[in-house]
Amino acid sequence: MGRYIPETLSEQEAMLREIGYTSIDDLYSMVPEQVRLKELNIPEGKSEMEVLEQMKEIADHNTVFRSVFRGAGVYAHHIPAIVKTITSKEEFLTAYTPYQAEISQGVLQSIFEYQTQICELTGLDVSNASVYDGAVAAAEAIFMTLERNKDEILVSDTIDPETLAVIKTYCESRSVKVKLLKNRNHLTDPDEVRKNLNERTAGLYLENPNYYGLIEDVESFAKLMHENKARIIEGCDPVSLALYRSPGEMDVDIAVGEGQQLGMPMGFGGPYLGFMTCRKELMRRLPGRIVGETTDHDGRRAFVLTLQAREQHIRREKASSNICSNEALCAMTASVYLAAMGPQGMNDLALSCYSNAHYLAEKLAELGFRRMDDGEFFNEFLTAAPVDPKLLEERLTEKKILSGLPLEDGILWCATELNTKEKIDELIAEIREVIE
Amino acid sequence: MKLLFERSVQGRRSDILPEITTGNYRPDEKYLRQRKMHLPEISEVDLGRHYTQLMKQTHGVNDGFYPLGSCTMKYNPRIDEETASLPSFTQIHPLQPLSTVQGCMEVLHKAEKLLCEITGMDAMTFEPAAGAHGEYTGLLLIRKYHQDRNDSERINIIVPDSAHGTNPASAAMAGFKVVNIPSNGKGGVDLDALRNAVGKDTAGLMLTNPNTLGLFDPNILEITKIVHEAGGLCYYDGANLNAVMGRVRPGDMGFDCVHLNLHKTFATPHGGGGPGSGPVGCKDFLRKYLPCHMVEERDEFYYFTDPEKSMGQVRSFYGNFLVVVKALTYILTLGKKGIPEASGKAVLNANYMMHRLKDHYHVAYDQICMHEFVLSLENLKKETGVSAMDIAKGSLDYGIHPPTMYFPLIVHEALMFEPAETESRETIDEAVKIYLDLFEKAYSDPEYLHNAPHHCPIGRPDDVKAAREPVLKYEFND
Repeated sequence: MGRYIPETLSEQEAMLREIGYTSIDDLYSMVPEQVRLKELNIPEGKSEMEVLEQMKEIADHNTVFRSVFRGAGVYAHHIPAIVKTITSKEEFLTAYTPYQAEISQGVLQSIFEYQTQICELTGLDVSNASVYDGAVAAAEAIFMTLERNKDEILVSDTIDPETLAVIKTYCESRSVKVKLLKNRNHLTDPDEVRKNLNERTAGLYLENPNYYGLIEDVESFAKLMHENKARIIEGCDPVSLALYRSPGEMDVDIAVGEGQQLGMPMGFGGPYLGFMTCRKELMRRLPGRIVGETTDHDGRRAFVLTLQAREQHIRREKASSNICSNEALCAMTASVYLAAMGPQGMNDLALSCYSNAHYLAEKLAELGFRRMDDGEFFNEFLTAAPVDPKLLEERLTEKKILSGLPLEDGILWCATELNTKEKIDELIAEIREVIE
Repeated sequence: MKLLFERSVQGRRSDILPEITTGNYRPDEKYLRQRKMHLPEISEVDLGRHYTQLMKQTHGVNDGFYPLGSCTMKYNPRIDEETASLPSFTQIHPLQPLSTVQGCMEVLHKAEKLLCEITGMDAMTFEPAAGAHGEYTGLLLIRKYHQDRNDSERINIIVPDSAHGTNPASAAMAGFKVVNIPSNGKGGVDLDALRNAVGKDTAGLMLTNPNTLGLFDPNILEITKIVHEAGGLCYYDGANLNAVMGRVRPGDMGFDCVHLNLHKTFATPHGGGGPGSGPVGCKDFLRKYLPCHMVEERDEFYYFTDPEKSMGQVRSFYGNFLVVVKALTYILTLGKKGIPEASGKAVLNANYMMHRLKDHYHVAYDQICMHEFVLSLENLKKETGVSAMDIAKGSLDYGIHPPTMYFPLIVHEALMFEPAETESRETIDEAVKIYLDLFEKAYSDPEYLHNAPHHCPIGRPDDVKAAREPVLKYEFND
């Protein structure tokens, strides 16, 4: 029914006649007879009104929670209204990759601004235009550290399991050996790092804050790796970077992370944003698109896709990665978000996450949900579960509250700026009811 | 134009967040960052205007004709944006209890069933976030398949010389060696070259059909047979599916797995270079190697299951879910008749446009084309000095996006046009007139075209300078 084709059938027939054919099927004469499809076995098309109804009905089978106390890599945040307004502009939405710089300065400049902001957040020198998500960014970063005789990577087991899963897949296909390091009290264990380090070690990947919300001693790991001629990659939480020491300040070589928190909705897993930054000397190893500043023939400032000698459309099988589409609109989203918040807004946001999470931890402890670790945490933390976590999850779901995430050894709780004192007090009251 | 940072004035801000009410918790000083972050300090109104300026320097499908070959720049229906913005899709955490995400899982399940029918496949994963990511995933399927049969000799992926650059790059990333084979005189796969290339070391063949010349390979059944008989698998690059969807299926042509570009064929917007979505479909015998998180329905309830010998994950969670919502909306709208109508009109548009240009421009392969066609400007360049690049840049002044330039590599001075089905005859006629004007201009005033464009926000940028002296971020003074 719906088609989005401007012409009527008789208009199309006129076009056909003009080029010497009578039916559209004539144009498919090269397709072998025996595989031509008679009819697609899918439902008839529908009007816009009917499709909207149908999609709404499907969407209604989801539960939108009033209060979310779950993070584990994906976070509920307030998204400033201006973000969606800007990123919905049709020019940005419907453009292709900016190959033609003369009519793509808008997209190119926005990516250049994004690259600058990500470098500011991480304190590193060079950013690419983004990759698919934080997990892929981590895997691609690992490839950046490989050398002819260095094909092993150390990975802390305190990282997000989603990221670990992707790292394993990527590394297996390139025959890179992943050595998974056992944690000590949910922190990366320096002894494990030392034990597994050898001359084949290309680098160490860890996350900070890690999956359990704890702040890792990144600087000492960076020192250790550099002493052994290996690199260190930090997976970071972009909101925490407004408050905590940046990768650049801790001598990190490559910083990556999931940018979802910078203005993207949770959206059941995507689209998200993988950000990647590195030190200058690794610049030509960065995968994906990079925007650079130059001038046009009249000397005017201009932005272009640059350093393309790394890329697949030039180097084919010798490219640094196969990536072409990145997550440009998500990068713009992050850029608008960071500009709307500003340095003070980002600082307030990070403090709010920190403060709300620490208040939550205190209140939960009073009910017997004591923290399992005593290290510094940002806005997530693991607690014991004095009641069956699944039962708790179920009962809170009835109240449209999403509990912390039940893990093997406890419950992983999270608070952001949305979990205000009022919301936390309400959660605590509900939990008390479940316990009693 | 000014950068965000050049509009920044210290102390300016918008009030977005409330006061903190949970007390005075602060991290210890030793954890805090010392280096100041230079983020823009800008009012909301100025922020809005900044991007409105940028918007005016961006050409989208809504601004005008966008015949960028191999990219399928069709109209992106507004209703798709609306359904993907429903709060009961956008506000769902990927780790919610299953009973609270049944709607999302229904989307994935429905989209899988519909796209399997369209491609002739049996199962599909939505984890890959873009076309190249899908290629990588599809190749890992092939790798797993051979590994599982202890056939460790199969390390080669055969790729025709007309293939997209991503094909060989993805094959290398997936741990394969790339074997390039030449095209025959008609632009198709050279069967003898293929026969000579296959053997015990063949893992598979990657093919786009119609290929990047816009030609449907009539030997397709023979091609897939040759590969299968040698023990290899056949991979379908879905970049050009828009030409044939609803008319012939990769599964029926002998392909074992396929990736789609939802941001091409299924009308989801490109966003200036993503987010896309590159689902991978496969035949039953490869299902057990697919990534984790496949959706299964039992007793009217959806579950996630991990295939028995899964390759693991290629992305976190379930892929670019909201993009899948848009594509599903599109497929439901078009339905069984709308899908082949779209491909038919795309092919009609391309043949119509090629027909109207071919008395002046040289068509690289003068035969019926599919959804795109390639011109070679080699003769024009010899006669006038005006290159494919010059003609492309000249078209910018008329408000149309140029075709794909210098691709495929086997055609010299190539311009590849893809006038998608949503373009009207009038739009194409107007574009043809512009390209004919440019053709005349090449003879009358080549210098003008060497310096084109003349009316865009910038002239031709200095790419060499950009690469030699890379400036990749704004440098702050302090």
